[in-house]
Amino acid sequence: MMTNPTGRLTQGQFSFLPDLTDAEIALQIEYGLRRGYAWSVEYTDDPHPRNTYWEMYGIPMFDLKDAAGVMLELDACRKAFPDHYIRMVAFDATRGVESIAMSFIVNRPKREPGFQLERQEIGGRSMRYTIRGYAADAPEGERYREG
Amino acid sequence: MNTTVSPTLRTDATAITQDAKKRYSAGVLKYRQMGYWEPDYQPKDTDTICLFRITPQEGVDPVEAAAAVAGESSTATWTVVWTDRLTACDSYRAKAYKVEPVPNNPGQYFAWVAYDIILFEEGSISNMTASLIGNVFSFKPLKAARLEDIRIPVAYVKTFKGPPTGLVVERERLDKFGRPLLGATTKPKLGLSGRNYGRVVYEGLKGGLDFMKDDENINSQPFMHWRDRFLYVMDAVNKASAATGEVKGSYLNVTAATMEDMYERAEFAKELGSVILMVDLVIGWTAIQSMANWCRKHDMIMHMHRAGHGTYTRQKNHGVSFRVIAKWLRLAGCDHLHTGTAVGKLEGDPMTVQGYYNVCRDSFTRQDLPRGLFFDQDWADLKKVMPVASGGIHAGQMHQLLDLFGDDVVLQFGGGTIGHPAGIQAGAVANRVALEAMVKARNEGRDIASEGPGILAKAARFCTPLKQALDTWGEITFNYTPTDTSDFAVTPTAAV
Repeated sequence: MMTNPTGRLTQGQFSFLPDLTDAEIALQIEYGLRRGYAWSVEYTDDPHPRNTYWEMYGIPMFDLKDAAGVMLELDACRKAFPDHYIRMVAFDATRGVESIAMSFIVNRPKREPGFQLERQEIGGRSMRYTIRGYAADAPEGERYREG
Repeated sequence: MNTTVSPTLRTDATAITQDAKKRYSAGVLKYRQMGYWEPDYQPKDTDTICLFRITPQEGVDPVEAAAAVAGESSTATWTVVWTDRLTACDSYRAKAYKVEPVPNNPGQYFAWVAYDIILFEEGSISNMTASLIGNVFSFKPLKAARLEDIRIPVAYVKTFKGPPTGLVVERERLDKFGRPLLGATTKPKLGLSGRNYGRVVYEGLKGGLDFMKDDENINSQPFMHWRDRFLYVMDAVNKASAATGEVKGSYLNVTAATMEDMYERAEFAKELGSVILMVDLVIGWTAIQSMANWCRKHDMIMHMHRAGHGTYTRQKNHGVSFRVIAKWLRLAGCDHLHTGTAVGKLEGDPMTVQGYYNVCRDSFTRQDLPRGLFFDQDWADLKKVMPVASGGIHAGQMHQLLDLFGDDVVLQFGGGTIGHPAGIQAGAVANRVALEAMVKARNEGRDIASEGPGILAKAARFCTPLKQALDTWGEITFNYTPTDTSDFAVTPTAAV
């Protein structure tokens, strides 16, 4: 278990709050849709802080204007990857933004072992740091499985 | 040839301006007669336009004072020089073209002055400021002068590279979206050893903050050498990153006596893997542009602490408005800029402060007089600066801060994190929970401005550290009258 105050991975907009219910997730999706964002579902079993590219569960839903439809995709992803991290990501195509506008975790493995900080002593008192997930030693797709 | 003419003030007809022989005969002319006052002038799209607030000395005509400002901030000297006639001098003369009394401020006038694009070296804030806030601010016929706002033409904007990273790319690098970023300044400012200092950084970041920050006057004093600080801080940053799975940072202040020293410190910050470094405004425009170049080259976010600005931005009658400083800094290049809190301990009327935020973040800034914005400003796709709200704010104000400033801001709770009765991590948790609860509620359609305290109280039911923070600071406000406010009332049509 991770030792930060939440005991879990704190990426995303709402990791310090109690897990959002599906009704609460739908409200966030509606907020994004009202602002013209396109929603996407992404999943991974490698939540390293610098792992930018989680797997896409389909391409962003540019033409889907209905939160219920987005929730169906999320449900399907959860069924396919129940022990993965899953996040909702909203894309804003406005000129001058053209990036992600919202991102929050909606599914987690039951156990979150977290990361080890490896220190390599180099010249003088300098240090080279590597962050390695405790679950990362198993191959992709075989991590976070309850034994 | 008559070389003995004493300078006598000639007051004959304004036709002088049109008659070259009269215009350039030796002596002293009124500035308005030398071509610095053109009431019919239509500013060109390529002109820089400045709005000055001027307070002429007793008996000095406001139009003459405005013309003098145009003259002294461009080509004029106090007497006529024949060498002007060797030049296309009309291009170099700034032109005052409008003067109006400042509402409800007897003796003060707004003067609009236009400057041709040939006046300023491309990509140089130092050059632009040497003209616009140079000699003119010491000019005796004026009691006081203030540069209130500036319209910078697209043609000139495009000669600047702007923020090294910009707020959009900063978020991508940090993997943090859809909420304000959270920070805290390591306290006490002075006296912590490197080891003790890193402890504060670790606790704050592990507790839930995105950033910790060196204070403006932390450089390399006897109690903590800069290398020691950098080494301990980066151990804390990496350890907190591993403990949370998030990208974390701490603004390493590289402000130093010379550029060589600053480059050396910046290089070390890079070697240690810091995502961000910091400089103080007092290093000056040239140093800022040099550091922006360095940051651009090394994928570094550049945090700007506006140390010193209050000496010239705060008083309404004299100096330079912070909105002008913010515009120059966006051109010169910084990624974070302290722009005020409106509700905290430092100067700032809420709407005036919102005006600064607009200048940092807009793609196109609209004229908005209640927010102190006198001009439309097209930013020509220049990257955006992340504003920083820091100074005397606490979790109990989260609804006000989010309502005033939106998502693209760094909220820095220094005392409000480190002073938490249950410790630094608890302080960080309180702020992060308050923030996430407020963002969630806003997105759900709640009216956070009015429901904010209830939303916080509800979140505090599952978060003891937040409850403790609200119990400690919930009632603390800093309600003093701001000195720098708009002269224009809020109109019902004002943009929100």
